Amino acid sequence: MSARTRELFGLLPVSLLVAAGFAAVLATRTQDVSNATLTYGAVFLALCVFAHLFIRARLPDADPYMFPLAALLAAVGLVLIYRIDADLAREQAQWFVVGLLFFCGTILLLRDHHVLERYRYTIAAASIALLAMPRLPGIGAQVNGAFLAIKLGPIQFQPAEFAKLGIIIFLASYLRETGDILVRPRLRPLRFQRGLLLYGLPAALTVVAILVLELGVAGSVLLAAFVASLVAVLRERPSPKHFGPLLLVWGLAMLMLIVIRDLGSSLMFFGGFLALLYAATGRLSLVAAGTTMFLGGSVIVASNVAHVKERVDVWLDPFKRGVVDREGYQIAQSLFAQADGGLFGQGFGQALLELPGGGTILPTPQTDLIYAVLTNEAGLFGAVGVIGAYLLFAFRGFKTAMLARDGFSKLLTVGLTAVFALQVFVIVGGVTRVIPLTGVTLPFVSYGGSSIVANMVLLALILIVSDHARSERIRRGGLV
Amino acid sequence: MNRQIAQLFALTAVLFGVLVVFTSRWTVFEAQSLDDNAANRRPLIEEQKTPRGLIYARNGRTVLADNRASGRGEDRIFTRVYPTGGLFAHPIGYSFIRNGRRSLELSRNDDLAGEEDEFETILSELEDRTREGFDVVTNLDVAATQAAVRGLGGRKGAVVAVEPQTGKVRVMVSIPEYDPNEVPFGLRRIEADPNQPLLNRTTQELYPPGSTFKVVTAAAALDTGKLTPTTVIDGSSPKIISGIPLQNAGGQSFGPISFTDALTNSVNTVFAQVGLRVGRGTLVDYMKRFGFYADPQLDYPGFQMVPSGILNGDGDYVEDGFDLGRVAIGQGGLEGEIRASPLQMALVAAAIANRGRLMKPRLTDRVLRPDGRIKERVEPDLQSQVMKPETAEQLAQMMSRVVEEGTGTAAALAGIRVAGKTGTAELGAAAEFTQPWFIAFAPVEDPQVAIAVTVERQPPGSAGGTVAAPIARSVLETLLGRG
Repeated sequence: MSARTRELFGLLPVSLLVAAGFAAVLATRTQDVSNATLTYGAVFLALCVFAHLFIRARLPDADPYMFPLAALLAAVGLVLIYRIDADLAREQAQWFVVGLLFFCGTILLLRDHHVLERYRYTIAAASIALLAMPRLPGIGAQVNGAFLAIKLGPIQFQPAEFAKLGIIIFLASYLRETGDILVRPRLRPLRFQRGLLLYGLPAALTVVAILVLELGVAGSVLLAAFVASLVAVLRERPSPKHFGPLLLVWGLAMLMLIVIRDLGSSLMFFGGFLALLYAATGRLSLVAAGTTMFLGGSVIVASNVAHVKERVDVWLDPFKRGVVDREGYQIAQSLFAQADGGLFGQGFGQALLELPGGGTILPTPQTDLIYAVLTNEAGLFGAVGVIGAYLLFAFRGFKTAMLARDGFSKLLTVGLTAVFALQVFVIVGGVTRVIPLTGVTLPFVSYGGSSIVANMVLLALILIVSDHARSERIRRGGLV
Repeated sequence: MNRQIAQLFALTAVLFGVLVVFTSRWTVFEAQSLDDNAANRRPLIEEQKTPRGLIYARNGRTVLADNRASGRGEDRIFTRVYPTGGLFAHPIGYSFIRNGRRSLELSRNDDLAGEEDEFETILSELEDRTREGFDVVTNLDVAATQAAVRGLGGRKGAVVAVEPQTGKVRVMVSIPEYDPNEVPFGLRRIEADPNQPLLNRTTQELYPPGSTFKVVTAAAALDTGKLTPTTVIDGSSPKIISGIPLQNAGGQSFGPISFTDALTNSVNTVFAQVGLRVGRGTLVDYMKRFGFYADPQLDYPGFQMVPSGILNGDGDYVEDGFDLGRVAIGQGGLEGEIRASPLQMALVAAAIANRGRLMKPRLTDRVLRPDGRIKERVEPDLQSQVMKPETAEQLAQMMSRVVEEGTGTAAALAGIRVAGKTGTAELGAAAEFTQPWFIAFAPVEDPQVAIAVTVERQPPGSAGGTVAAPIARSVLETLLGRG
């Protein structure tokens, strides 16, 4: 069976899900049944088949599972959004069309993804500009205290969704070039005196710092881990010339935390960066140094920026008296909704969402909390199914990276997949109180034009790499 | 580089695993505590969307608690209305989202809210039935309740009537009452009322039972064989009991008198001596058989019931060390004073009426499904065999004399033999108030109703026979179909 036929078969469960999901929601809403609502499902499926035919024509050897997985997630999202608000579902369907146009456009324009390497500094600059835009007066918009959106007339969009693609492209390109020389071969064993200097001095300084600054347990562990990983990095004699830009990325992440005040987005960006760094160098010490620096920086920022601090406090105890009805309302309602879902859920369209007096009991059910709506209606099994779909998507992404021949293709795919998976972790982790809740979207599922369009472009980029890698393999007879 | 990529995938799998673990935590392991969290308004909102079961009087037609629907479609909610106003406020109570629940609305909440066991829930989900509350039919009698309210005539007090053979509570009246329809906007005012309209005086308030308690002393004495109805005892007055002189009502001295005549005329000095013969341990034992020292086994919220018993000056229940002679006549001292709720005294009468068999009191008769099928019928249930049937019969005969020629003639009914006992407890440092009581059952040959009536803080000179007995009479008349 060819890859494309497998892809077509992969769309079968998607069509079943769309039909069943819409039917279930419709069945519980007898008062506003109209044929128009059912056509959403049909149109959605027609679009998927069209996209499949397009891939068949342009990227015949691309991975056959990723597009059906994305379609499946989009279908889940569409059903949930339709259940929340029929008008939003129509808009989401329109955005899905726009997303498909971008998907096809990317594939048409970008015959060879290596072209991107040429424009890496332009792309990096544009991405940083995009990230800073929500803070610009006039077009910036503050949502729940974070600066994540900009408004241009009637259109609101989230530049971070696009910036994440640009930053990954830049980092993949930069690390492809410098990854090998960032770290040099390990030195021969040290003589005793120099060993004492390298290990003893930092250890002594750490102890002094812990004592003088009264850091507490968490702070002490963080500092010790940071010093240890820093020493390990120094052992490798890194070249300062090439490390400058990486320190810059860290600084950028911290700045983002302060400027756009969103812990989730910075975690997503910096995590993607660390994943790339690890893939490029294979040095855990670098990742450890980066992680501790990020954690340390976050702690400092969290205790000084009111909005971030509030998010962390709410995360630690959302049910505190006086908090649960205000700052903690969102996460508390999210947990209540999940508890209401139980193992099997209340069924699509049957969970409590609308309040008798108007409004919804879950704030922002269509974006931030859509995973809570999913768990409420489809239960633990449904939620695990969706997480499983994301895991398969990530698996196919990393698999594509492994199949790719050249460094840039590998790093680009690793970066895109990692940032995608991290985005899922950040929002689902926020909704389930693993980490503080922040405002990123659940890829393909959440309502939102920027999210759909950016993730369709992300998928297009991975499929382009995949097509190159697999057609080469097939030519050499390595892949059936 | 592929090794690192594989490791990154492993890390992704671990992170997603954490998400699954946390989702399971909220949906399964901690779901119950989240459902019970006070900040979780979901159960309340769901509940408002479900029509609650109706509550009916004994006739199955008079609606005591009804629903009013408001809003349309998804916004449709139901709120409680009580068509009979305050008439059944104490037994039925109220149920409102903001104010919570009280009385039968609370104790029967699972049925009224339509809660099923797990199996039934799955069945009804398969059949796609929308959830609906179950109706509750009570044992409460509308006309007799109205008669009791009329009889009390606005005076603070309580009337309880039960069926001796079944324990069915036919009347539960406590004055003052409150209007449950005013609770959603006036609960604070009702709570602040110095007359305590929320207090159910039949179950929640303890009064000195006065001479009505003599039947408990008599039951213990007769059942243990210490005395017979014909035993002659010295009824002169005063008599030194526990070192202090005790007088009969009005200082009347009777001389040698039979036990039956002593009950008929409520002779204090005789019953004090009877108590001393019975002994503390035996008296407390019989009290417990009658249900003292424990909450009544009524289908009613525990916080709205108080155990009757002997209480010392600190308000603690005591079983020893009390002035036995004075407790035996329904009074007491600082070391221990007998105090009883009207429901408890009604149960004393009911146990004697039912040949010594005390049945558990019941407000609920049956629970009905929305389609009218019976979900649950409350069957009569024996609480305890208080005394031998012969003892109960002897006592019944003695008590019928009270109504025929003794202190309780005001309760006599034409053509029906009534057995009863009056009581008049004195209250306050200088006896500035009295607490008139009357307990009774009828007909003596085949008892259908047992009743207890008491009125709070009456002026001196008011006696159980003149104040409480007429109220009991009109309620008995109504219940026995003579009204």
